[in-house]
Parts: sequence; structure tokens; C-alpha cells
Amino acid sequence: MGAPADALKKALIAGLVTLGLCFPIVALRTDANFSNQLVLTPRWGLTFTLAAIAAVGVFLISLLRPAGFERATPKRALDTAPPHPFFRYLPRIGLVLLLAYPFLALAISASGGPGLLKLVDTYGIQILIYVLLGLGLNIILGLAGLLDLGFVAFYAVGAYSSALLTTTFGLSFWIVLPLAGILAAFWGVMISLPVLRLKGDYIAIVTLAFAEIVRLVLVNWVPVTGGYAGISSIPKPTLLGLSLGPEPGSLTSLLGIPFSPFYRLAFMYYLVLALALAAYWATLRLRTLPVGRAWEAMREDEIACRSLGINTVATKVSAFAAGAFFGGIAGAFFSAHYGFISPKSFEFLESAMIVAIVVLGGLGSMIGVVIAATVMVGGTELLRELGVLKAVFGPDFDPAQYRMLLFGLAMVMLMVWRPKGLIATREPTVRLKPQPTRGAPAVSAGE
Amino acid sequence: MRWLSDPLLAVDHLSMRFGGLVAINALSFTVGRGDITALIGPNGAGKTTVFNCITGFYKPTSGRIALAQGGTLERGAIEALTRSGKKRTQGVNPELFLLERMADHAIASEARVARTFQNIRLFPGMTVLENLIVAQHKTLMAASDYSLGGLLGLAKYRAAERKAIDLAKAWLEVVGLVARADDPAGDLPYGAQRRLEIARAMCTNPVLLCLDEPAAGLNNRESAELTQLLRGIRAQTGVSILLIEHDMSVVMDISDHVVVIEYGVKIADGTADEVKSDPKVIAAYLGVDDEEVAVAEAGSVAP
Repeated sequence: MGAPADALKKALIAGLVTLGLCFPIVALRTDANFSNQLVLTPRWGLTFTLAAIAAVGVFLISLLRPAGFERATPKRALDTAPPHPFFRYLPRIGLVLLLAYPFLALAISASGGPGLLKLVDTYGIQILIYVLLGLGLNIILGLAGLLDLGFVAFYAVGAYSSALLTTTFGLSFWIVLPLAGILAAFWGVMISLPVLRLKGDYIAIVTLAFAEIVRLVLVNWVPVTGGYAGISSIPKPTLLGLSLGPEPGSLTSLLGIPFSPFYRLAFMYYLVLALALAAYWATLRLRTLPVGRAWEAMREDEIACRSLGINTVATKVSAFAAGAFFGGIAGAFFSAHYGFISPKSFEFLESAMIVAIVVLGGLGSMIGVVIAATVMVGGTELLRELGVLKAVFGPDFDPAQYRMLLFGLAMVMLMVWRPKGLIATREPTVRLKPQPTRGAPAVSAGE
Repeated sequence: MRWLSDPLLAVDHLSMRFGGLVAINALSFTVGRGDITALIGPNGAGKTTVFNCITGFYKPTSGRIALAQGGTLERGAIEALTRSGKKRTQGVNPELFLLERMADHAIASEARVARTFQNIRLFPGMTVLENLIVAQHKTLMAASDYSLGGLLGLAKYRAAERKAIDLAKAWLEVVGLVARADDPAGDLPYGAQRRLEIARAMCTNPVLLCLDEPAAGLNNRESAELTQLLRGIRAQTGVSILLIEHDMSVVMDISDHVVVIEYGVKIADGTADEVKSDPKVIAAYLGVDDEEVAVAEAGSVAP
């Protein structure tokens, strides 16, 4: 049987299956009319459209990939072929783009695109907060291999401690920022103590429970945390002691330029960008230090670690403390940026999101975390306003309601194609032979 | 007879019980400084349990495991340390350690006892070189000022790392794996993984190297190479080697001293030749040497 015939057969089956599935769900729709009677509305057109889409889709896929979806197998690296010069400059290009982003956003919104707040806040600051959180969990889960399902606890500790310290004691954001990191790290140490004797799945359960405890304390300790009402009017960070707001005595009025919300937005963007870059740099450094290597070795084989004289208790505690520190910093920034926090922001879904970022990015890969955070956070926001989908599913289709569904589908497909995450290759922390210079010709003409 | 005149390790009335099962029962033996000592016995005799007690992975039910660094183990000194309630002596020569009182990682880093495992335990995702660098954790950790100096990029740490790489490279040359230094350890063939595990253990700079079935799964040629390698390592570093092995050709070829155990009890102890001709050992390995059973079987089975 030829490939097209085979594809046709598969397409036919897929179409029939879709038809069968859609018959009770889509084709027969019941609505209640004014006298509260159920009225049956057949929707055969939509049903057949969906079946046709499935059949055509399967037909095309089977033509393109007759073997179906194979699992991605790690290809043997052919180091002889030098990467394209473009990849050599990619990090620099990326950095320049990140630095220029607020101004690009200004240009886009001026030329009729989405609003500036949306562009810088949602697509810039929010993604970078998740990058910071992802980098934190990357140490615990990606490097040390400890499945922490309660990472949001550190985020919450950082956010609440910084909010309480600034609102109650009037401390400056710049003092509170490292303090929040240290307090969260302290929590990391506390959580790691019961975890020390556990392995794998049990760690996940204990950390999950700890995060719930933190959340319930936030909800119920009303005199301190305000319960569900949360903490509001948290002071904004200042630049060299000068505020960026509209009030007199702020930086803009001193400079004699008119106030614009863009200044503060850009300032917060650069602040979180600097924090994320610092976290990235610190992780890069830590990986080449004995602690970092011990984290990775512990992920690979804990018993072998102990046989080499590595104290796995101290190693686990240090991984939790370092990861929690980044989480606490992210929390402090979050509370200062939005000016309001409540237990709603620190639910299990957040932990799941951060775990998904680390796993999708590829365990231990920092670039993977950055890409996954961009795709996950930016993607869900983007799906909210995709007008294209309206053209496909009719005018009363609201993409915002289906975004989680589409998103889940995308995640499942990604995990089938790339089971080890987006970036599955691990860069060694040390090499005996120096890597051939990237982009340079690998073999000289004389050889 | 160095295990009697100049012992490095003394296992004294070691017992290990798992619930009702007595895995080791009042086992005593010594390991001579610079010797290659083999611990042999039939399957399930408790050899790996002895290893796990020595390296701290199990806490023995009772008994004493004493180790001396830099000199002969003296009975009187061991008794004094035992009575003092401490884990180790500080600043005397020879330095004494009571391994049954120490944690597993401290036995590796302070008492300097390194080990390999019956089923190889490398860090498969890390490169060959990284495996050997991880083994030098203690030295590098001190050089990085427990990460603070290293995080700031102090020259002291960079120099220490360079030294660590040099040591790793030297061991890679010994085991013939320099060409694969930057490959993931899990990609190596089986025999190379065994050699790498030995090299990694040696990177911790041990005084006693415990090898759990180093020749398991190797063919004859690879076993012969392994014997060469172990002899070379001992000649080069003077490390004492304690090994569990089933391959009798390796054991008889390499060992200065053989300890035979069966059901957790020592049944023979001596040079390879002495042990080979010991009737209890032959009985343990070849079956029950019971006259009556033999006669009865001969009567019924013989055609």
C-alpha cells in the first residue's frame, strides 16, 4: 500500500472517530427556552466541519511523517560542523533586544498596537518574574533533582515579608529586597529539613503540604497578613531615594520633564531584568563551583555522592536555600511592583506553572527556563486575544475561555516531540579539550 | 603477613542483623597496609554487607571497625579511643578512626576510605572529567571558601580547579580514558565505566580502596587488564585495596591476603595458596562434603 493510500485510510478513520465523538457533544445542543423547556438544536454543519478538519489534518500529517510521531532521540553531536555565525551573536542580539524592549514597546503602542501597559507589564515584567522564579526552581528541581511542588511558598514568603517590612517599619525597598531573599532562603532551609530523609515522590508531597501551610497561614493570620484582603498600598521602589510617581519631589519634577507612567514602567522593567540577569549569572557561576557540581551529582546518584565524601544533607539544604533565595527576591519585586498582594497570588497553580516552566524548558537548562517562561506566560496572554480563532469557530467563540485548553494541547504535543524539554542537551561545566571556537571553521584548509 | 604485623584496618567482632536475619556474625579480620586483600565467599555470604558497614552505608549492630592513617594500628590506641567515646583522634600520628561511629560521607572525606559499587554508580549525565572533579569535592569546597569566594571568582579557586583538572587528567591517563574526557560517562562501554569508577574513587586520595566485584561482567582480557591496573595503582600510590570478587583467577592472581566468609562467619583467612587448599573453603564452594550424603547419593544416582 502506497503512502497516500495509507494516509487516506488513516484520515478516514480519524474523521469517523471525530464524527462519533462530536455527535453527542457538538451535534446535539440543548438550550433552555423562556418557558424553561429544553430545545434541541442540531448543529450538523459544525460537526462535519470538525470531522473534516480532523481528517485533513491527519491526512497531511501522515503524508509528511509516515512513521508517525517518533520520540525524539538524542542525536550524536556532530561537532565538526560549526554553528552558523548567527548563533554566535544570538546571546548579544538577545541582550540588546531585552535592553531596548521598553522603547520598542513605546514605538509599537504609538503606532497603534496594543497598549503600553500591556506590552511592558504583561509581556515584559510578568515574564521576567517567571524567569526569576523558574531560575530559582531550576536549582532545586533542575540541578539538584528535588521535586519541589511548593516553590510558591518561597515566593509568598518573599512577597509578604517585604510587604510587611515596608508597610510596618517603613524600610526602603532596597533594604527589603535582600532581606526578603534571605528570609525565603531561611524558609528553604526549614523546608529542606523534613525533606532530607525522603526521596522522589515523597519530597513532592511534603513540599506541596508546606506550600499549603504557608498559604493557609496567610489566609487565617488576619491581624498580620490581612487574610484574603491582603496587603495593599505597598510603597513603590525609588531610584536613588527619588520616587518616579507624579507627586512633587519626584525624579520627573526635579528634572523638569512632564510625568508619564512610562518612566516607572521602564524602571521596573529594567529592575526585574537586572535581577533576572543576576540570577542567571549566579546560577552559571554556581554550576562551575563544587556546590553546583555536587547538586548535579546528587541528581544523578545520591549514594555515589556519599561514597565520595559529599555531605548530601548540606548539599540538599544549600540547594533549597539558593533556590528559595531567588524565589524570595521575585516575591519582593512582585509585591513592590503591583503594590498589592493577597493569598490568591500564591496558590498551587503558581507552583504548577513554575514546575511546568522548568520541565518544559529542559531540566537544568537555564536558556530553556527563559524560553519556556516566555512561551508559557506570553503564550497564555497571547491566546487571550487571538482574533484568528474567531474566524474559525464562529463569532461567539471567546479565545480567553479556551486558552488553557489550547495551551494544554500545546504542552502535550511538546512533551511528545521533546520529552526532555526544549533544551535537552547539557553543557558540561568543565572541559579537558577546549571547545572549537563557535562559528570558526572547524578544520583548517591544510588538513 | 602484613595484615598481622602492620594492619591498616581492623574489623573486630562485627555483627549486622536485619530483623531476625543475621547477615554478619562476629566477624573479625584485618587488612594489611599496602596489601591487596580479597574478601570472598559464596553468594549471600554477607560480603557486600561488610563493605557497607566499613563505608558507613550500614550502621553495624555491634562490633568495631578501626582504621589508622599514616602508621600501624595499635591495639592499645584503639582501646583508648573506644573508651574516650570519640569518633577519631585529632593531630596525632597515626591518626585513628572508628568507622562504625562515623557518617558515610565523613568516612570517605576524613578517614579516606573510597569505594566502588557492584552495579556501577557513575554520574551518567555528567562528563567523564566532571565525574572525577566531583570526587575532589572536599578540596575544591575548601578552595572556594564554601562557595563565597568562588562565587566572586577569586583566583584561589581557579588555581585549585586547574589542579583538580590536572589530577583528573593524570588518572584518566592511568585508566586510558583521556580521549573520552568530555563525553557523558553513561555513554562509555561497560568495561570503561568500571575503570572510570575506580579512577573516580582514586581521585578522593584514599588510604583504603574498597572494590565491590570490579571484574564482574568483564571478559578474560579485560579482567587481566584490571589486575594490571590494580597492581599499577598500588605501586604508584601505595593505597591498600580491599576487594570482593567472584572471579577466582583474578583473586588468586592478585591477592596478598584472602578472607573467606560464609553465612556471615569467617571460615578461612590467609594467603591465596593457604585458602585454596583449605577443606572448609572447598566445601563452601563445591558443596557439602558430608560422607553419608555422598555415599547415599552415589548409591541412588549412579547408573
